[in-house]
Amino acid sequence: MRRFLPHPLLTVSLAILWLLLANQLSAGHVVLGALLGWLIPFATSSFWPERIRIRHPLTLLRFLLVFVIDIVRGSFLVAWLILKGPARLRPVFVEVPLALETDLAIGLLANTISLTPGTVSARLSADKRTLIVHTIDTGDAAALVAEIKQRYETPLKKVFEQENA
Amino acid sequence: MIDILLSLLIITGALFTFIGSLGLARLRDFYTRLHGPTKATTLGVGCLLIASAVYFSVRDEGVSLHEVLVTLFLFITAPVSAHLLAKAALHLKVRSLASTPAPDATTNPAVQRNPAD
Amino acid sequence: MMLETVIPIAFTLVSLAFLLSFWRLLKGPDAPDRILALDTLYVNTIALLVLLGIHLGSAIYFEAALLIAMMGFVGTVALCKYLLRGDIIE
Repeated sequence: MRRFLPHPLLTVSLAILWLLLANQLSAGHVVLGALLGWLIPFATSSFWPERIRIRHPLTLLRFLLVFVIDIVRGSFLVAWLILKGPARLRPVFVEVPLALETDLAIGLLANTISLTPGTVSARLSADKRTLIVHTIDTGDAAALVAEIKQRYETPLKKVFEQENA
Repeated sequence: MIDILLSLLIITGALFTFIGSLGLARLRDFYTRLHGPTKATTLGVGCLLIASAVYFSVRDEGVSLHEVLVTLFLFITAPVSAHLLAKAALHLKVRSLASTPAPDATTNPAVQRNPAD
Repeated sequence: MMLETVIPIAFTLVSLAFLLSFWRLLKGPDAPDRILALDTLYVNTIALLVLLGIHLGSAIYFEAALLIAMMGFVGTVALCKYLLRGDIIE
């Protein structure tokens, strides 16, 4: 099973991507998409050293919902801050200590931080233990770090890193 | 009805695109300027693309979803380019309104590889 | 026919966004600022193309938008890599 279908999730996403690109749902495109989704993971297997496992699909869904809401919230916040003018901004660099260990989870967290209200991830330390985050306007840096950890890191940790829960 | 929804999406999208660039022109240091284009502009263009998907789905009476592809692509790439830009700016020690964190020498392998340069 | 009135307004807003980004591209002051301006410019181009597609009622502009999105991202990454390492191909 594992030898013939090394990355089932990747296969499914590639097939869906193909159908979106073709912009039609005909039998021929479904077959072609499935074939591409099956073959491409073999050609690119060196880019996928580890198998991705999703452990709590419900937590992931809730995380995605929070994520989408926060993208909209973040854009409104940044738009409001830009219109209000640069004089009253309080930009700060904060350090977020990471509890995550795998590259995938850290990358997802960094991207999530960049898309959500008022924060952009700026640098990951060489030992992958702290993430430096720039915030456009904050009064309380400690509360911000706590919010990032509780709102984004905890669900990511649960979904991608928790062993046999 | 569809007309109103489309108009709303297009105006919201264009407004966010404009505000993102306004932030780019107006704010005072590189790191705060980075926020406008990554968030406001991405959402703005996302709104326009969704408007386009709705418009062509209604007009051609079939589902037109390939705009979703561009939207997804933008939402995946925007944070990556923002992160790289911030990293490059920290590396070059671009002037900042906030106090910058201590340099992390090990993040630059080029320096490590050729200490003589 | 609200669309006929809304689309010119949207065109104006996106074009203004274009001009503002272009101003930042010219003014700088640092290299990352200019790259950020270029990055914003390509995203604005996608917005403009999508609007044009709706205005002309033709879906052929989608492929151009997709290509610009991909090329623009690769360009931004290459320029950032250059700033970080002083070298693109390692």
